[in-house]
Amino acid sequence: MYLTPDLSPLAAEFFVLIMACVVMVADLYFADDEHKLTYWLTQLTLGVAAFITAGHLATEPQVLYQGTFVVDYMAGILKIAIYIATMISLLYARDYIAVRHFLKGEYYMLTLFSVLGMMVLVSAHSLLTVYLGLELLSLPLYAMVAMERNNGNASEAAMKYFVMGAIASGFLLYGMSLIYGATSTLELTAILNSLGHLGQNQLMVNFGLMFIVAGLAFKIGAVPFHMWVPDVYHGAPTAVTLFVGSAPKIAAFGMMIRLLVDGLAPLLHQWQSLLIIMSILSMAVGNIVAIAQLNLKRMLAYSTIGHVGYFLLGILSGNNEGYAASMYYILIYALMTLASFGMIVFLSRAGFESDKISDFKGLAKRSPWYAAMTMFTMLSLAGVPPFVGFWPKLEVIKAAVHGGFVSLAVFAVVMSLIGAFYYLRIVKTMYFEELDEPAKPIVVASDVRLMMIANGMAMLVLGIFPGWILQYCLTAFGL
Amino acid sequence: MITMAGERNQGLSKVLSLFVALVTLALSVSLWMHFDASTAAMQFTENAAWLPSLGISYSLGVDGFSMPLIVLTSLINVIVIIAGWRVINDRPSFYMASFLVMTGLMNGVFAALDAVLFYVLWEGMLIPMFLIIGIWGGPKRIYATLKFFLYTFFGSIFMLIALIYMGIKQGNFSILEMHNLPLSMEAQTYIFFAFLIGFAVKVPMFPVHTWLPDAHVEAPTGGSVVLAAIMLKMGTYGFIRFSLPITPDAASHYSWVVIGLSLIAVVYIGLVALAQKDMKKLIAYSSIAHMGFVTLGFFVIFALMQSGSEDAAKLAMQGGLFQMISHGFISAAMFLSVGVLYDRMHSRNIYDYGGVVNTMPKFAAFFMLFTMANAGLPGTSGFVGEFWVILSSYQANFWYAALAGTTLILGAGYSLWMYKRVVFGDIANENVAKLQDINGRETLFLTILAVVTLLFGLWPEPLVHVMQASVNHLLQCGIQSKLSGIVGVCH
Repeated sequence: MYLTPDLSPLAAEFFVLIMACVVMVADLYFADDEHKLTYWLTQLTLGVAAFITAGHLATEPQVLYQGTFVVDYMAGILKIAIYIATMISLLYARDYIAVRHFLKGEYYMLTLFSVLGMMVLVSAHSLLTVYLGLELLSLPLYAMVAMERNNGNASEAAMKYFVMGAIASGFLLYGMSLIYGATSTLELTAILNSLGHLGQNQLMVNFGLMFIVAGLAFKIGAVPFHMWVPDVYHGAPTAVTLFVGSAPKIAAFGMMIRLLVDGLAPLLHQWQSLLIIMSILSMAVGNIVAIAQLNLKRMLAYSTIGHVGYFLLGILSGNNEGYAASMYYILIYALMTLASFGMIVFLSRAGFESDKISDFKGLAKRSPWYAAMTMFTMLSLAGVPPFVGFWPKLEVIKAAVHGGFVSLAVFAVVMSLIGAFYYLRIVKTMYFEELDEPAKPIVVASDVRLMMIANGMAMLVLGIFPGWILQYCLTAFGL
Repeated sequence: MITMAGERNQGLSKVLSLFVALVTLALSVSLWMHFDASTAAMQFTENAAWLPSLGISYSLGVDGFSMPLIVLTSLINVIVIIAGWRVINDRPSFYMASFLVMTGLMNGVFAALDAVLFYVLWEGMLIPMFLIIGIWGGPKRIYATLKFFLYTFFGSIFMLIALIYMGIKQGNFSILEMHNLPLSMEAQTYIFFAFLIGFAVKVPMFPVHTWLPDAHVEAPTGGSVVLAAIMLKMGTYGFIRFSLPITPDAASHYSWVVIGLSLIAVVYIGLVALAQKDMKKLIAYSSIAHMGFVTLGFFVIFALMQSGSEDAAKLAMQGGLFQMISHGFISAAMFLSVGVLYDRMHSRNIYDYGGVVNTMPKFAAFFMLFTMANAGLPGTSGFVGEFWVILSSYQANFWYAALAGTTLILGAGYSLWMYKRVVFGDIANENVAKLQDINGRETLFLTILAVVTLLFGLWPEPLVHVMQASVNHLLQCGIQSKLSGIVGVCH
């Protein structure tokens, strides 16, 4: 007899899916110029989804639906972080996209579908679901990057993003098919168990692993697969960059853990050496090239590459402490990305992008508060205590030292010194330089302003009380 | 005891910041009053879990090394706020707030008993200083402040790695437990040099001293004062809190490195100071030379302990500590004096002055005292520390003392020569002729510093008394070899 499986663990996913459709339809019938209804409906969806997920927060991992889906603590925390990051990015994006005339209901609908993809991805427990989640996450993003149709840069960025993303998916799929060929299963636990006695298939698995790691590296933008990152970050409308840079990174972390740890942990030594090389290159290229950038969005794109290097440091140390450190890193990183790109969105107006470093000149005189918030964010990105960015850096470096990679840790701190230089340059521009022309007032809605200040203050407050977010990450890995 | 002055002042609330500074001072003076000088253990400890899952805690406490430094910091803060009262016109509340935040952080550095807390405060302190130099500094301030920040950041990241390594090894980050952590010679060597880089940048020692003249020259007077009087002390404080007790064997084995660098600082930097045309630069170089005495005193103890002269080692240690405090007052006074002149003339160039005594007799008298103290004249606090260090290092090696002794000539040379060119002679130009003598506010802070300088010069006993127990403890237990396998006999 066929039993209908219990679908309640999927409640949040179903809810987001249904609401995405509702948003799409509602926007057709009830749309006003500002799409207020759709906006609030989307925010509401994410808020309710957060409650549903929080209600189902499981401490014991449950593998469901013939091993395709897993509900565990890590997935829950990552999903909640994804909702929050998305909510903040939508709030920041609202006015920006309205002014640039591409505020359409589709924007919110695409966002929700992308979020759904992320949710599937972090809960995936078979190669098939991983791929499904990844594509569902990526396709709406390509469209969002291209939404500002009359902007050449954005179209170029979308094209590049799409082609690169397709190549990465191709790599990933090829790797997955090789693994499937060797182990004849798609389910991650089954793969894990069969890796021990492969016999002749070892070579095939190693080969597949190379492709999987390459595909992952494409997605997270690790060197040498990073070429698309600066162009996409720069070309995409800032409001979209904001989203691309935050929530999907959290999901990408989930994907890495699922594939490399849940599925391919016995191959630790193989992927470890690959990640070490990528980590070193990312830290070096990201931090050094960022110095030469004059465009703030490009600079932050390279800084992302650098941060990916640090983030990999935790994963490559190959123990639960390191994974927790990386998870902490990515959560804090998403928050810092929101703050930094949020500030660019915040200072831009119709016809003025405010994305050059020189646009921040004299900000401290114009509006001391926003300058202070930006300073907090930059120092946090640089990893200067007492700001929050210091703690994840400390954690991943600690994990690396613990894993026996002391020289790698030394390299990481030297690179963070180089990184400090270009973040400080922003602070310098804001505080020590004067604006040449008379400043235009900064006009923003009060809820956005409030969020911006909360976001900036979070850099300091979480830096002084870093414990609780870290605790979630440690719990997620049973520490 | 919490002197974390995190208060921010909005508006033109200079009064409020002065009030906060005075309260902080009162708190730290009461700390002195209630300090139990008979023990080397940490006092007034405060403990709170911060990140218990990682073994990081918020723990503070003071001993004979840190307590005087906290009092010094608080006093200097009051003086800086008085000194900046009328001079700072651009965003004064921000200026005052930066100094208060910085004082809080610096006191925290001296009181921290957790390595991560120490690191957080140590780095956090750079941010207000970065802003102070960058916003209120001189024409080349941006270059200077970036150099300052990056240099110090560079130094401390190696320290961080060393701290993380030990933190993992012992499972928590308590500094006092690190003192007992058994470490092999190889590990000690790495840790010692990691610390050396971090602290040497801060002291600063030759050859990583080049940020100091730039930062000093470009910083506003208050910034220079805090830099010279307190920040430099953090480096030497780091040596006694971390390097000596955590890596005693490596410190003993490589003490020649530090001694050598200290002597280069004393002699070579002393000569460099002679050649300066800029008053602030001259004082900055003289600071480096004076700090050379502190590090010399701290590291010569190994040679002395080996030759069995424990009393001489004690004297060297105390000399170094005394020099730290005394230099804090003297360098602050020197920078303030130059600041007084700069506020009137907007020039730090020695050649723009001459004959100041004719128009500013009161100021000339104060300046004379501080210059003499800087040159190490007996009767001023500048003499005591240097004399003790020279005296004890003579017992270790004649040449140490001989080279260190050249400072008496060089110091007198650059200090008094500068004084002569600035103050004596005929009135050099009409700008000098128009100078007004110091006002009440300026008299106030110069008097405070003059009194302290003379007091400690004539009667060093109270300071020595509070440090005594900690010095004895460090010499008898702290620097005991960790290689013999008998660890923790003293604890």
